Amino acid sequence: MTQTRSLWEHGVKTGIIGGVAVLVIALVGMVESFHRRDIIAEVITMGQVLLLIGGVFIGYIAAKRTGSDESLAPGLNAVIGSSVTGGFLAFLVIVGRLINLRAVLVNASPMLYKLLTLGHKGVAGIFIILLIGMGCGVFAAALFYLPRLTRRVIILSLSSMIIAGVLQDLIRPVIAAWGPVAVVSEWLFTGNGLTVSGSISIVILIAVVMTAWALKGQDIKSGYGNLSGGSQRGIKISAFFMLAVVLLALPHILGLFLSEVLTIVGLYVLLGLGLNIVVGYAGMLDLGYVAFFAIGSYVTAVLTSPELGFFSLTFWQALPFAVVLGIFFGVLLGIPVLKMRGDYLAIATLGFGEIIRILVLSDFLRPWLGGAQGAGKIPKAAIMGYQFITPQQIYYLILAGCILVVFISLRLKGSRLGRAWMAMREDEDVAQAMGINLVATKLLAFATGAGFSALSGAIFASKLGSVYPHSFNVIISINILCLIIVGGMGSIPGVIVGAAALVGLPELLREFAEYRLLVYGAALVAMMILRPEGLWPEVRHKMELHAEEENNIGEPEPSTAT
Amino acid sequence: MAAILTANNMTKRFGGLVAVDSLNVEIEENSIHSIIGPNGAGKTTIFNCITGFYKAEEGVVLFDNHSLLGLLPDRIVYLGISRTYQNIRLFPNLTAKENILVGLHCHLKSGFLGIVLNLSKTQKEEKEAEEEADRLLAFINMSGKGDFLAKNFPYGEQRRLEIARALAARPKLLLLDEPTAGMNPSETQAMMDFIQHLRDELGITIILIEHQMRVVMGISEIVTVLDYGKKIAEGTPGEIQKNPDVIEAYLGRGSAAEIR
Repeated sequence: MTQTRSLWEHGVKTGIIGGVAVLVIALVGMVESFHRRDIIAEVITMGQVLLLIGGVFIGYIAAKRTGSDESLAPGLNAVIGSSVTGGFLAFLVIVGRLINLRAVLVNASPMLYKLLTLGHKGVAGIFIILLIGMGCGVFAAALFYLPRLTRRVIILSLSSMIIAGVLQDLIRPVIAAWGPVAVVSEWLFTGNGLTVSGSISIVILIAVVMTAWALKGQDIKSGYGNLSGGSQRGIKISAFFMLAVVLLALPHILGLFLSEVLTIVGLYVLLGLGLNIVVGYAGMLDLGYVAFFAIGSYVTAVLTSPELGFFSLTFWQALPFAVVLGIFFGVLLGIPVLKMRGDYLAIATLGFGEIIRILVLSDFLRPWLGGAQGAGKIPKAAIMGYQFITPQQIYYLILAGCILVVFISLRLKGSRLGRAWMAMREDEDVAQAMGINLVATKLLAFATGAGFSALSGAIFASKLGSVYPHSFNVIISINILCLIIVGGMGSIPGVIVGAAALVGLPELLREFAEYRLLVYGAALVAMMILRPEGLWPEVRHKMELHAEEENNIGEPEPSTAT
Repeated sequence: MAAILTANNMTKRFGGLVAVDSLNVEIEENSIHSIIGPNGAGKTTIFNCITGFYKAEEGVVLFDNHSLLGLLPDRIVYLGISRTYQNIRLFPNLTAKENILVGLHCHLKSGFLGIVLNLSKTQKEEKEAEEEADRLLAFINMSGKGDFLAKNFPYGEQRRLEIARALAARPKLLLLDEPTAGMNPSETQAMMDFIQHLRDELGITIILIEHQMRVVMGISEIVTVLDYGKKIAEGTPGEIQKNPDVIEAYLGRGSAAEIR
């Protein structure tokens, strides 16, 4: 008896959790509004895909929690888990048809039930929900038993297809702009969703590429390793040039809207790299980081805006002042919080961020900073007649800033200073005993971070042409911290990936903006559970958190980071 | 021989508790000097006072004619004192080599601009530091393990690595806090040889806090015994072994008489 119970346990438990989650997703209206967008035209919609992914995910988790043995138990639990989840939806449909839930739950509409039952009425509809749930479970079980490589290939090729479908509005115009290649776009996409042949070919293409890489990738890597130093360098240099060409051509390939998204991502990369020095390297949790962004913006505004009418410097003349004042305030904030650690530091810096925002908003400083109306007519940057006005032009300004900041971050990381920061993060007392001056080292971290942030703020002011206090809300600080954590603490590529994921993606999916925070929150929780080291972690953190998954337990693992 | 470190009347209190009670001690240059005593006798507190973690309320501590009281730990290491810790305190998420490079921190000078501009001076300094780190790794028999995270090493290697990090500061005086804690007899013997080697080859003065009597009696020239923050005896290992006060402190009142 107990044996049977424990056998079913994981499936039922996971299924219940998943069922509740799916109910929430359905009842907040996500499924219905996603239903308007087809992934594959006339075949499957985004709403359905969302539910299917949920079902499969729950089944897979149920199987994984049961254990990794070869017996039937995990598979059985996968089916149970997904079926229970399906049961929740079936229950919703039954209850919804008997009682009018709409008085309380606005989104529990007949449309939703029709969508869930694929349009079937009565008992048939209920059976269809349960059947689909079970089907998800079977698929999850199959995934679970497949070898790791096959599983990866299947998941990646299917998800690429889904991503292509979700981002169709962005991909289509980009491809269509390429003359002869435009035919591909016609063939892949319809007005709403992928074509059937298009989606199948994407899946096959990605699967083939993945498999080929999995089978031959090791050979290619070792082949590269065997090359002489000279030709390795040649490959590196040509790769570098290709990257440079792509980065330079990017705004023209992507068009106006995507370039605008890129500039926003770029500003967050600048901010993220600055905070990465304070939080990622030096381990000081700073929640008032947006203050320096505000200082950079407002210094630029005061020095350049004719509307405020104090100075009328150009952007380039104002920029050094903005950065220097940012650094100055970085040090100024640093001094009172020198002795604080961890959560105390977080609260103190949070206060500082709010002080700056409220000062800017105050009537007291209104004659100088413009109060709630902000300040406008901030001139665009220009180099020898070339003006940075459109997003496609400003992109280059931000790219230059990002390259500079990445370069400085890289240099600092492997240096005496970077090591001092990391030592301080690991153990402050011991770091001090090794001759590290805590005051100077901490202030330098604050100053460097603040300088990057002020640079970002100055570009932001010039990009927008105006500054308003509400642009510098505390939520910006939280967002920057989140993108560092999601990207991977202390990792420079991690910051870039994190900014693209947390700032770029929501911009791209603006039509679903009402669910933005819900998805954002769910994604953060999922990240912390499934991949706490971040999307692109520093090598050492990856080793630390996933050490037990590797085969060589007990053996110390090499780090390529030096 | 001259004294490298002199403590006169050093007193450290925590509230009402007197952790170190007017201690007078002289450490001879180039000696191995052990401090022993029951748990809570104030041994580690002495280390913390010497290295600047705590500020002694009274007394004078002189090292090489510099007064140490009131100096911060990061200044004291520049004078030539470095230490290890009772419970190993490596930087766990830094590699072995990075740990040693942090130990070298006080001998590197490159600043923010030098680093960002990658001046030739900085490059040269960094290259020399890496070479020295490799030499130190070789010295503790851990060549080729520089790129592993410190926390992944077995216990004995972590102990050695911590000593290497302390040595990287090129100290004249090295404070070792229970370097053989938790070691088996053969590891202990290796550590004893290593400590003697440090003194003989590098000419470093060593103060040792130790519980294993075999180590204390085997390698130290002078032993100071503490009990409740007070020095109760000092002398060569032979003298200490026979001292009735010491036996009493360790085994309880009346034990000395019984043994006799």
